[in-house]
Amino acid sequence: MKIVVAVKRVIDANVKVRVKADGTGVETANVKMAMNPFCEIAVEEALRIKEAGGADEVVIVSAGPQGATETIRTALAMGADRGVHVLTDAVLEPLAVAKLLKAVIEKEAPGLVILGKQAIDDDCNQTGQMLAAVLGWAQATFASKIEISGETAAVTREIDGGLEKIAVKLPAVVTTDLRLNEPRYASLPNIMKAKKKPIETIAPDALGVDISPRLTVLKVEEPPKRSAGVKVENAAELVAKLHDAGVI
Amino acid sequence: MTVLIVAEHDNTAVSPATLATVTAAKQLAEKGAGEVHLLIAGANAKAAAEMAAKIPGIAKVRLAEAPQFASPLAEDVAALVVALAKDYSHVLTPATTYGKNLLPRASALCDSQQISDAIAIVSADTFVRPTYAGNALATVQSKDAIKFLTVRGTAFDKAAPADGAAPIEAVTPPAVTTLVTHQGAQISKSERPELTAAKIIVSGGRGMQSGENFVMIEEIADKLGAAVGASRAAVDAGFKPNDFQVGQTGKIVAPEMYIAVGISGAIQHMAGMKDSKIIVAINKDEEAPMFQVADYGIVGDLFKVLPELSAELDKIKK
Repeated sequence: MKIVVAVKRVIDANVKVRVKADGTGVETANVKMAMNPFCEIAVEEALRIKEAGGADEVVIVSAGPQGATETIRTALAMGADRGVHVLTDAVLEPLAVAKLLKAVIEKEAPGLVILGKQAIDDDCNQTGQMLAAVLGWAQATFASKIEISGETAAVTREIDGGLEKIAVKLPAVVTTDLRLNEPRYASLPNIMKAKKKPIETIAPDALGVDISPRLTVLKVEEPPKRSAGVKVENAAELVAKLHDAGVI
Repeated sequence: MTVLIVAEHDNTAVSPATLATVTAAKQLAEKGAGEVHLLIAGANAKAAAEMAAKIPGIAKVRLAEAPQFASPLAEDVAALVVALAKDYSHVLTPATTYGKNLLPRASALCDSQQISDAIAIVSADTFVRPTYAGNALATVQSKDAIKFLTVRGTAFDKAAPADGAAPIEAVTPPAVTTLVTHQGAQISKSERPELTAAKIIVSGGRGMQSGENFVMIEEIADKLGAAVGASRAAVDAGFKPNDFQVGQTGKIVAPEMYIAVGISGAIQHMAGMKDSKIIVAINKDEEAPMFQVADYGIVGDLFKVLPELSAELDKIKK
């Protein structure tokens, strides 16, 4: 079985994001970029399935500008086999990404597709579900456990009240939640090896996908700021203050 | 223009997040002078439908009852929503794990770009949503014929069932999916209030050092009638299950009071709780970012402060 993992390049989770003064977006110039953390979990899971004998190839797909190649390379350094880069500088919304991925996936014909549940830049939490929809496949979102046996995958999902277990027919789309695994670091030899692994570059046009945005961003602004309150000396003073404020 | 709410419910009652979604839908309907309909997909869900019918502002409740909706799967509910969507200008659902799982599937099937986590309705086609863990608020305008929105529950007041008398109309569900089967659920049972509905939340972070130490948090929570939460760091460290997680990728909460214990205040955590009315921080590191948003802060060792706090709460009760 082949596994396709879709990854996204985002502003590093540790960077304090700043809204541009002209309100058109956030500052991205000279900002550290990294693979979206949930995508790292997706790559790791695919590699674990392969290492356990459940897959023979892990293909990484990313859509975005030139820099996305680096993100694909990071996944290859973790151990994935090859990459596909849908190269475009256009603004990509989740529906457009889902359609691009569908086109790549129809060529690759994997048995399983894994994505992160959410990208930490746009916080949409949509692409995996949309991809499953346009492919007409089952979806198993927010996975904390994946067990593959034959033609089905049993997936434990993180839901608001606890956990849910579903069985999806393969091929299917799975999106990862936090506790699925702890992604590995790429070793130096593997980083060197990854440089030689193939990455195919495709233009959205070649895939026959219309990626024009459906949403217009009218403005981007900072949220109202909270100001720091007072420090209290001890629990007694805190309780007195909270009592005065009427909350307890 | 008509708005459809896809309700989250347990067959007997619609969820609090759905009640907040009703308020968002009503604002939308007022801006386009339309009606609000509410869809219940359930099994023996008459009670939930009757509750929804009593909410003022709901013009019609549509009830789809079928065995497959006993534990609703996104595949089945999305097929139902798609079958109904052509009659609507907007389809709304709460931004809970239920809604986040379901709505993008329905939205893509209708070739529409969903708007996630709406926190304000500007007009019939323009909405505000948080991005970058709430550090940038984007105002977006949709060109799609049918607009799909998940609604952040903490951003809208909860509508209350009262003297409404909406008709309840039965809907025939489409064929059952053969792609997925539901195999069971493990729902956390707790006497404490649910995180997103709690008036007070006491949360612990990495500073708690272990899952066992959370008994100190639970003791305080029980004295306050509060829910217990955790930071991503605490969940990562295995102190608490993921359904306790407050933050960008966990639950978004806005209680009357949020007590953060041993939580430094990473932006990912702040994204989930900074709209709380009162924030209390207890942390030994006085540089912790949590103090910059806290109304009240105690710089000190939580293992000393928590027992003292517990004792002080006993005193005030007497």
